[in-house]
Amino acid sequence: MEELGNLFHGFAVALQPFNIGVMLLGIVLGVLIGVLPGLGGANGVAILLPLTFSMSPTSAIIMLSCIYWGALFGGAITSILFNIPGEPWSVATTFDGHPMAQQGRAGEALTAAFTSSFVGALFAVIMITLVAPLVARFALKFGPAEQFSVYFLAFCSFVGMSKEPPFKTIAAMFIGFALAAVGLDQVTGQLRLTFGSETLLTGFDFLIAVIGLFGIGEILLSIEEGLQFKGGKAGINAKVVWQTWKELPRYWMTSLRSCIIGCWMGISPAGATPASFMSYGIAKRASKNGKNFGKGEIEGVVAPETAAHAAGTAALLPMLSLGVPGSPTAAVLLGGLLIWGLQPGPLLFVEQKEFVWGLIASMYLGNIFGLLVVLTCVPLFAAILRIPFAIIAPVILVICAIGAYTVHNSTFDVVMMLVFGVMGYVLKKCNYPLAPMVLAIVLGDKAEVNFRQSLLASQGSLDIFWSNGLVGSIMALGLLALFWPMISTGWSKLRMRPAV
Amino acid sequence: MSDNAHGAGAGPSHRAVETGVAIAIAIFAAVVIGGSIQAGIGWGVEGPKAGFFPFYVGLAILGSSVVNLVNVRAEVAPEKVFADWGQLRQVLAVVIPTAVYVAVMPWVGIYISSAVLIAFFMKRLGNYGWPLIASIAIGIPLVTFVVFERWFLVPLPKGPVEYWLGF
Repeated sequence: MEELGNLFHGFAVALQPFNIGVMLLGIVLGVLIGVLPGLGGANGVAILLPLTFSMSPTSAIIMLSCIYWGALFGGAITSILFNIPGEPWSVATTFDGHPMAQQGRAGEALTAAFTSSFVGALFAVIMITLVAPLVARFALKFGPAEQFSVYFLAFCSFVGMSKEPPFKTIAAMFIGFALAAVGLDQVTGQLRLTFGSETLLTGFDFLIAVIGLFGIGEILLSIEEGLQFKGGKAGINAKVVWQTWKELPRYWMTSLRSCIIGCWMGISPAGATPASFMSYGIAKRASKNGKNFGKGEIEGVVAPETAAHAAGTAALLPMLSLGVPGSPTAAVLLGGLLIWGLQPGPLLFVEQKEFVWGLIASMYLGNIFGLLVVLTCVPLFAAILRIPFAIIAPVILVICAIGAYTVHNSTFDVVMMLVFGVMGYVLKKCNYPLAPMVLAIVLGDKAEVNFRQSLLASQGSLDIFWSNGLVGSIMALGLLALFWPMISTGWSKLRMRPAV
Repeated sequence: MSDNAHGAGAGPSHRAVETGVAIAIAIFAAVVIGGSIQAGIGWGVEGPKAGFFPFYVGLAILGSSVVNLVNVRAEVAPEKVFADWGQLRQVLAVVIPTAVYVAVMPWVGIYISSAVLIAFFMKRLGNYGWPLIASIAIGIPLVTFVVFERWFLVPLPKGPVEYWLGF
């Protein structure tokens, strides 16, 4: 058990006093980010990324991933108390969580949500511990063609699984690829798509895009909806927690099912949001209290929260072992890796053992700390939500601007942030998904380089993507994911047709 | 832009905005394709030239935005509004001051401009009293200064006032 030894070494790294400090700081910042409108996991991490430039990569990733866990926890607070999902994956939590709060059972709902989140995350971390090294060892054999096929699979599943119209997903994704291509060509060193402009020489930074699209765009959406917080009281004490904990084991089946759904959806880049909905829907169908769902059923909180947290955590598996992030936040973390001078992908497990296992160990510890922090500090975080929007909105704008500026110390980036923000607002309202665009900006260069290297090897023939069983089957999976909606409707039509 | 009978308030039609977005994306695609052709889309000594990949990316954007353009009529109900004028006014009330904020930042620095932005929002959206406005509008930039310039040693843009103060 070489992995077990590595994991223990990882715990030793994560338990250094400085790292525990950044872990706690990350969790608190993350919950704040999850609670505040306009700040979410992805752009919260993007804004705080420049603060980590002076840290060691291990401490930096521990802090940023803890912000991510915190944001996952924080989303549940706003959903249950205020019926406002702080994050898209918390939408399903509002269905039963908020009715519970209205019935005066907010403490119960919050305890159930936090505990389920913790269970989901723990399941996914154990899965990562066991599976990631194997996947990485396997992926070490990948050449450019195989690597490209993995990207191909990731992007195809986005198109096939998103609830937005497929051609809007494709348009959004390829806009991301085009933005990634601006500037210096990585293979030939030639300039392209700069049109003589000096500011475009360095291309578009995905961090700016994330802060604009998710941060500013989200504020504009909130302003338009006319935010008003009318919240339930956040009464949570040891007695409520204890009683809820005694009740929760009854739903072990729902939990287990949601964990599996979450892990599966998190690894494929469909992400936490569909996982939470799917898990809620299946729990509703499977539970004997199914008809009470939506009226304040505790099982209706357990199911989406477990799945969302499992998916959010599992999204780090492909990021660590393949260099393909499973969610926008994972994409930002991957960008961080590049900035700290690490090469994401299977080699991390060989060359950066301390980093990888420190991160994995911090996932265990971070989630334990996270559970403790949210259980004890809920009233504090709820109070922050009661700060009026007229105060919080400009403060968030200023924070976003600082975040955008510090990426390259350039005021032009702040302008770009606003442009991306308005763009994000309009695109979101027109039903264009933003996550694939961000992922494409992050992965564009790498996908392109692998694609071109494969073509170089094959003298320009696309046959290289079918040249062996491995690359061929990943490509086939990709095509299957791409056309999945058509295949499944075709299949159900075929079954519905009466026998002639 | 017809009045909405369902009482949701008048505003630009959703169809018009969707059409505009699809056309804007198509224009973006054309720019990408043009730029790629400039960089060379063929096969050179070093393999595919720099414009090879973005050229096909541009084609894909163009193709999908044409499909989206055609789909607008089928997907969006004619009476649906993008957002009513009141809502859009709210959005612009955030975008325009932020644009001014971003535009003046290189000259006056981030601290003064942030203080003015926060004060402006608090007065305009919340109509708070000046003592509260002053404490938050000055407090937030001060905290930022301590956290970034002192703790994390990340310099932020400064203007004449900060230089005059000796930073």
